[in-house]
Amino acid sequence: MVSDQADSNPSDQYKKVGVTTERVDGRKLVAGRGGFVDDVHKPDLLHIKVLRSPHAHATIEHIDASEAREMEGVHQVLTHKNVPRVKYTSAGQGWPEPSPYDQVMFDTTLRYVGDRVAAVAAETPEQAERALQTIDVRYEEKPAVFDPEEALEVDSPQVHTEEDPAGIAEPDRNLAAQLHAEVGDIQDGFDEADHVIENEYKVSKVQQTPIEPHISIGWMDEDGRLNLRTSTQVPYHVRRIIAPLIDGLDIKDIRVTKPRIGGGFGVKQEILIEDLVGTMAKRTDRPCKLELSREEEFHASRSRHPYVLRMKTGVDEDGSIRSNQMRLVSNTGAHGTHGLTVASVTGSKTLPLYKADNHLFEAKVAYTNLPPSGAYRGYGAPQGYFAVESHMDEVAREIGMDVEEFRRQNHLDEGDENALAVPLGEGGEGPPMHVRTCGLEECIERGKEAIGWDEFHARADEQEGPVKEGMGMAILMQATGIPGVDMGAAHAKMNEDGSFNVHVGATDLGTGADTALSQIAAETLHVDIDDIILYSADTDHTPFDVGAYASSTTYISGGAVKKAAEKLRDQILERASMMLEEPEDQLEVGDKVVRSTETGESVEYGHICKNAMYAEEQRQIQAVASNMSYDSPPPFAAHFVKVSVDTETGKVEVDDYVSATDCGIPINPQACHGQVEGAIQQAIGYALTEEMKFDDYGRMQNPDFDDYKILSSRDMPDIESILVETHEPTGPYGVKAIAEIPMNGAAPAIGNAIYDAVGVRLRELPMEPEDVLDALETKAQESQSRTGEPVA
Amino acid sequence: MNITFTLNGDEQSFEVEPGTLLIELLRDEGIWSVKRGDETGAAGADTVLLDGEPVSSEILLAAQVDGRNVTTVEDLGSIYNLHPIQQAYLDQGAVQCGYCTPGMILTTKSLLDETDNEPTRDQIEVALDGNMCRCTGYKRPVEAVETAAEQLEGD
Repeated sequence: MVSDQADSNPSDQYKKVGVTTERVDGRKLVAGRGGFVDDVHKPDLLHIKVLRSPHAHATIEHIDASEAREMEGVHQVLTHKNVPRVKYTSAGQGWPEPSPYDQVMFDTTLRYVGDRVAAVAAETPEQAERALQTIDVRYEEKPAVFDPEEALEVDSPQVHTEEDPAGIAEPDRNLAAQLHAEVGDIQDGFDEADHVIENEYKVSKVQQTPIEPHISIGWMDEDGRLNLRTSTQVPYHVRRIIAPLIDGLDIKDIRVTKPRIGGGFGVKQEILIEDLVGTMAKRTDRPCKLELSREEEFHASRSRHPYVLRMKTGVDEDGSIRSNQMRLVSNTGAHGTHGLTVASVTGSKTLPLYKADNHLFEAKVAYTNLPPSGAYRGYGAPQGYFAVESHMDEVAREIGMDVEEFRRQNHLDEGDENALAVPLGEGGEGPPMHVRTCGLEECIERGKEAIGWDEFHARADEQEGPVKEGMGMAILMQATGIPGVDMGAAHAKMNEDGSFNVHVGATDLGTGADTALSQIAAETLHVDIDDIILYSADTDHTPFDVGAYASSTTYISGGAVKKAAEKLRDQILERASMMLEEPEDQLEVGDKVVRSTETGESVEYGHICKNAMYAEEQRQIQAVASNMSYDSPPPFAAHFVKVSVDTETGKVEVDDYVSATDCGIPINPQACHGQVEGAIQQAIGYALTEEMKFDDYGRMQNPDFDDYKILSSRDMPDIESILVETHEPTGPYGVKAIAEIPMNGAAPAIGNAIYDAVGVRLRELPMEPEDVLDALETKAQESQSRTGEPVA
Repeated sequence: MNITFTLNGDEQSFEVEPGTLLIELLRDEGIWSVKRGDETGAAGADTVLLDGEPVSSEILLAAQVDGRNVTTVEDLGSIYNLHPIQQAYLDQGAVQCGYCTPGMILTTKSLLDETDNEPTRDQIEVALDGNMCRCTGYKRPVEAVETAAEQLEGD
């Protein structure tokens, strides 16, 4: 069913963008020579292993690693005693990071099970492991707190007691950060509205689980500079953030390269291992490697912030929203990594999708003794949309309106402004968010048609037997990059065969960014994709880029590539004009040639470059460009699901899934569909199966793929992905973002479909079979107590 | 101990420790297509074919393949000459980060051999069940298997 070409086609004006092309890194990936971090032989490589805290909250009273240091094969042991105490945040964000500096490389206070105690570098992994076990540590356990609302209470154990807190809102009551944004008069709207409807939702802690765990190899090169080959989404932030942590190194002493990486989804926007690898390499002068195990990946890396969300909506009989309010408490775990900004994105990307006279958003981000939360694809929006899109469904039903009609009446549209973009910027006020393009109406229309929404609801009452079918929908919005903050740069130069080297700091984490950027260069330069040799993410050899997050790369870095390529095109024209002895305005650029519109004479790209290099007034045809944007155009989407709910077992089966997305012009439609389908796999997991479970001592109970259930090929529904083209005027070739928005829809759409099927509302993720059964039982009891009839 | 097995068509001998895992031996030999995903082999990025059957090289000792036949994706086709299954994965957009792709391709090879290139949709989904992927949502890999089957059936 799915076409790899969008049906409506503002993109028809282009040749290389808006069309599916083979991935530029595809051949090596299918041939198994992908060149991932670990795909190199380093002679004399040392292996690093980390000793981790068995306690959720403790202080190290005594630590003695002398035995470990004497062991065979051991080259270095790090503890809090022999590393500098430099405060930082592991959140790979732009400078200055909006996350608190609440970490040091090794601390005397341990704040979660999995926190770092010591690290060993040894000749073999087994030697490193054995050495760890000889380290003598005496812990003093302290009371721990795991629930974010409890953590905020006065007499709760305090997670951060350091004497020099930096960037923490109120450490004494575990408040890492807070937000308050009110537009209009929220109480006024509640007072005047015909109905005021309140609901509470809970979303769980889930893990990104890239199949490649965090891995980093570091070595001191022949000039004594630290080289780090690492699985990161943010090479430049890695370099900047670890420089002060490693003995005597400055930024200029560090080169960070990102080869192919095996997925990230936000967890590799976090600097989890590079400081250790760099320190070990510097101290031993040997290549050192650290690769997290799957268990460490679960309990010692980062995850999605769990929330409690409270929605309150004042709505009139005719469906117009007077006041819309969201208040949430976020559990950031032991560190405030991305705590403020994830919450801020929840506020600015979900609540304002519905127009209202008045908005209020409030967030409290609480420290607890769970593993730290962090960036995960969607960055607060999946949490927010579960609440907003479940709640809006409830509101519509409660006032007796059709759920689709209610959404169509109230959603943000072309010409509108996002009401909360200004108060909820990146760590402060942000630029206004204008909606210049919005394909949401078409998304709803085509999504409904594809899933058969009207037909289904016309016959939905006829169901018999224990398995009931239902349909649900959700409408969605995200953003495209962080406005006024994100920047990417590109350098491009011409070769004698008319090919081009394009160097970008942008960081392809498996999404196809290198391909999309190559397409943009090819389109601008009128060449084939094969004529673009794209090299990315190397702090020595590519210009700056903030890295891969916030759905920014195609828009921000793509804009830089387009600008650099345009400058090259100008130089090519100038040179051709010299060669053909005709003014530039009589020349046009075609497929690797410049042709005179007057005489028909032409000169090939290769010839132009040779002329520039060797013939006269020699120069390298080359250009650099940077790109940033005060706009962050929102992509929009409508998701529709059909579920079957087994009322005897509680099992929810997702049968069909339709996603219709307005991502502007899809630069590579096939890659865009791939983004949508992959996000839906993660999002259905969020909705139904995935949850990091902890015991009363803060120990994760399911840190492996047998017990933490991510969806496999057999679990997936039929997915149909539809791309609705709009032409975003601020984006290169009309693009908006695609990467994150498809993460937002599954949980609320499935919840709404469950309600449609069996009339029970699940307000907590994941929605597991026992929750369905419990809810059905409660419903039956309620109906019994109302009617006085026995439950069937 | 000394073991001898056929690796990608060549009989080779290796000196290994009794506890050496197959994945360690292969990666030491520069067979980079075989990837670590976790410690239990559940992720499937460590898949190799042992006498044509997909197995997890993270939980298999090197000693266990003595005298047997081990195939990795390097043997199917190179970047200069892709195997139809590799080409199908590429054409269908079944590759994103590509970390789990070699494992999926090997599973596909085994399935297509077993089913004479006529797998049902259900057989494909069951076969790929052991290869976890966090990027694609499996839709395109499943389609790639179907495309490869058609291609190979036609040859």
